[in-house]
Amino acid sequence: MITAGFNDPVLDSQRCFRAVLDAMSRPGRIHRLPALPEAPAPLNPAAAAVLLTLVDADTPVWLDQPEAADWLRFHAGCPVAAEPGAVPFALAAGAMPALASLCQGSEEEPHLAATLLVQVAALRAGQGWRLAGPGIEHEHRLEVVGLPADFLAQWAANQARFPRGVDLVLCAGDQLACLPRSVQITEG
Amino acid sequence: MIEQGYNFGYLDENTKRMIRRALLKAVALPGYQVPFGSREMPLPYGWGTGGIQLTASVIGPDDTLKVIDQGADDTTNAVSIRRFFHRVTGVATTERTAEATIIQTRHRVPEATLGEHQILVYQVPMPEPLFRLEPRVAETRRMHALADYGLMHVKLYEDIARHGAVTTSYNYPVMVNQRYLMSPSPIPAFDNPKLDRMPALQLFGAGREKRLYAVPPYTPVRSLDFEDHPFVPVRADAACVICGSRASYLDELIVDDGGTRHFVCSDTDYCASRPPLQEDAA
Repeated sequence: MITAGFNDPVLDSQRCFRAVLDAMSRPGRIHRLPALPEAPAPLNPAAAAVLLTLVDADTPVWLDQPEAADWLRFHAGCPVAAEPGAVPFALAAGAMPALASLCQGSEEEPHLAATLLVQVAALRAGQGWRLAGPGIEHEHRLEVVGLPADFLAQWAANQARFPRGVDLVLCAGDQLACLPRSVQITEG
Repeated sequence: MIEQGYNFGYLDENTKRMIRRALLKAVALPGYQVPFGSREMPLPYGWGTGGIQLTASVIGPDDTLKVIDQGADDTTNAVSIRRFFHRVTGVATTERTAEATIIQTRHRVPEATLGEHQILVYQVPMPEPLFRLEPRVAETRRMHALADYGLMHVKLYEDIARHGAVTTSYNYPVMVNQRYLMSPSPIPAFDNPKLDRMPALQLFGAGREKRLYAVPPYTPVRSLDFEDHPFVPVRADAACVICGSRASYLDELIVDDGGTRHFVCSDTDYCASRPPLQEDAA
């Protein structure tokens, strides 16, 4: 059975977008999403809300686990791609794919790079990594539980590719935080 | 009263999603111009169609909208855009800078310092800072890719060589986060320093040129200059005849046939929120 999407598709997606926009503008700041769909396994509510907010027939999506594909096709009308290499949106409910394996954009058109949604176990503010870059006044702290062990090395390579590179949306439960490619991360 | 028969914010949801996706990429790439599928709006190009589409994509029922045109809340463009959004969204509108959560602006940055909860949306006629120097879009795109901005430095140098100073007094080019050359839209050069490390998110929309770009909060924005010719924000050396301010940006008025000049604050809310001049002080 297909569970419900947004209660109010227009206003709920607007509220979610503002949360994502603020999270992307202030990297590492954790937002609790104000409106959530009934997310089917293995999607968590925040990831499901972000997908419903941003994807449609124009944006193929890659899912690492196909169980939620019908739900997403039904509510968003988006094509579900078999390979992660060329899609504008990718979602990792399980292990995160290598950042370098996703679409990076080009030097002339860096906006064509992928946005990767990663479902993680937990997000905690005030501890963990130290973030710096655009959107951050002095320093933001963020702890993420559930990323691969070599994530910081992958991120350093991703950040070095700027303006090319992948943007990340980290989703845990009903919370999210964003890591645009412009942000520098150092171990806390 | 919300106008019946239109979607919330006038634009359809597919258009909003397309603009929202572009906005997120613009925020991740400070100063980079992201192409978007600009729609036909119920007013002509040049009246802020880019800014309106951005505002329509971010605005929600809890927002309070302020619209200014050259700093003024009471000009035709500002009044009609404010009324448009009130009709298609029902949101509260205000003329007070401090009360607004979204400020759409044409060619000015408010005098009051903006906060983290605010979004500043600029209406942009020409997003490409290099267009007078290099008309080919394919070529400017390559110059942005290579961060090859020598042409603009040569232009500023030639200004100084010929006139002794940079003659650009508005739309003064800036470097965003030391990477992308950006047109700040035709704001006076006086306003350029306000863009630097502003706590509010800044979004720029060019409807006719179909480009949008963004400056995230606290992002360094530097006006181009030379070590021996530093950037100087220009301001008329006068006081506002209404509030007496010597700090705000001024409009010049010719008030009689003899050519008598008066100066008044361009930012009407700033001017109105200050105590009026005493008779004997004038």
